[in-house]
Amino acid sequence: MHNATLKSLSASLAARAFSSVELTRHFVNRINRLNPKYNCFITLDPERSLKQAEAADRMRSAGTGQPLTGIPIAQKDIFCAQGWLTTCGSKILSNFTSPYDAHVVERLNAAGAVALGKTNMDEFAMGSSSETSHYGPVRNPWDVDKVPGGSSGGSAAAVAARLAPGAIGTDTGGSIRQPAALSGICGLKPTYGVVSRYGMIAFASSLDQGGPMARSAEDLALLLNVMAGFDPRDSTSLDREREDYTRELGKPLKGLKIGLPQEFFAEGAAPGVVKAVEAAVAEFRRLGCETVEVSLPNMKLSVPVYYVLAPAEASSNLARYDGVRYGYRAPEYSDLLDLYKKTRAQGFGQEVKRRILIGTYVLSHGYYDAYYIQAQRVRRLIARDFAEVFKRCDVIMGPTSPTTAFRIGEKMGDPVQMYLNDIYTIPANLAGLPGMSIPCGSDAKGLPVGLQIVGNYFAEAKMLGIAHQYQLATDWHTRAPKGID
Amino acid sequence: MALTLEDVKRVADLARIEIDEAEARSVLSQLNDVFKLIAEMQAVDTRDVAPMSHALDVVQRLREDSVTESDRHALFQSVAPQVESGLYLVPKVIE
Repeated sequence: MHNATLKSLSASLAARAFSSVELTRHFVNRINRLNPKYNCFITLDPERSLKQAEAADRMRSAGTGQPLTGIPIAQKDIFCAQGWLTTCGSKILSNFTSPYDAHVVERLNAAGAVALGKTNMDEFAMGSSSETSHYGPVRNPWDVDKVPGGSSGGSAAAVAARLAPGAIGTDTGGSIRQPAALSGICGLKPTYGVVSRYGMIAFASSLDQGGPMARSAEDLALLLNVMAGFDPRDSTSLDREREDYTRELGKPLKGLKIGLPQEFFAEGAAPGVVKAVEAAVAEFRRLGCETVEVSLPNMKLSVPVYYVLAPAEASSNLARYDGVRYGYRAPEYSDLLDLYKKTRAQGFGQEVKRRILIGTYVLSHGYYDAYYIQAQRVRRLIARDFAEVFKRCDVIMGPTSPTTAFRIGEKMGDPVQMYLNDIYTIPANLAGLPGMSIPCGSDAKGLPVGLQIVGNYFAEAKMLGIAHQYQLATDWHTRAPKGID
Repeated sequence: MALTLEDVKRVADLARIEIDEAEARSVLSQLNDVFKLIAEMQAVDTRDVAPMSHALDVVQRLREDSVTESDRHALFQSVAPQVESGLYLVPKVIE
């Protein structure tokens, strides 16, 4: 069961080959056996999951089943889910049982999906390795001494280790795509505003976007069909007509124009990564696509711009953790100010504090124009580069990450090195464009390489179709880590 | 431009995070590395470029001025560290 795609599990449930209770129990048993090795999950509640599975089986029997009805889905612990411990990987929320559901969780529940558990992540999604979690690092199923990427590393590793057929994640600077690449699975960050941010614990609100993670493009489309949709409770949610994200899966690729930004293949990318991505591009040419060299001249500014905007927004968003209304409170304090300061000093980890300090500094008196406004201006230059490029091609392709999975601990002492991991993924967040990563090969050590596809606004269906056609012709997405039966 | 130890302490105070001398020192060098990276975007000429706050430059939606939420304070306060008579308890602010 665990090697089947979400799509085929859905067909089996519809055909009554097995029930959702049986399927859920199978994954729960697998998690109990293998999670200690990978540390993918922070919270499990099998009783609650099985209750949802029973309800899903009743929906199927009543003929009201939908594609996701009865499918167990792992949820990144950044999504508020009523009655579930929702920690965001942080000590400061280590006792927070959410009193409400995120919009995405509501939609999954309404579709009859089963919440399988809450997955581990970098604290407040701040990281590219899933090492900054209060609950310990997630381990990569391809090599347990390596990171799975981050921040949605628990979701990525769970899907890679066949502990869940699909998962949900969030992406502020690459947090869906980079772990998807490093863990050898598929992940999609939709156009900003397509998936509601309501109940998704805020990091950098102008960049945060939820999205699906799974083993095939087809599975991503099924998940996005449920996750996407207008929600008035998110002021930046887009009021658009509903889309069927599976509609272009069968579309041939002949005549498609792929832009290859020279900056994506410049120095910095590991030779094994470049080789795999070039082979994937060659496969797309065989499938009838044309390629054209393009340039994103301001791309190199993405990381500096991001490390002004994201910490600035984070310092404001994380001001709410004060030890008064919910979450952790320091056990000893002298007065109200001391309560705030001790609660936050003890409740936040090193990386989160670092970013709050950066953000507070760039927003402080006298520095706002030089940092925040300047970063927003350069952000527009980066978005304009994409607009120019999309006059010449349908989608952009390149590596998702400059390297394959790195060793646990390798980059923890050097924040700047860690930040540069997201050089290829951050530009799409700044421009608000949809981006995805699919497996396209492996390096000399056998670690997976991700191919990134970036499309124009609202090109999700097209991108999913492109990825699906590639997956019909290749088998990288079906490969499992060694030792995963 | 490099930050000083005083900058770090001032910003930590603004951010309401207690920080001791040793931690401030180690954070200082890390922050200066990050600001070296950030300096790359400060040299860019952006005179005629409007700041971009959101990807799709959407306008704020307005809604009817009507009650949409029910009273759920008991539920929301059930996760608070200290509550009494529907109020959040904090150390005394006014003597």
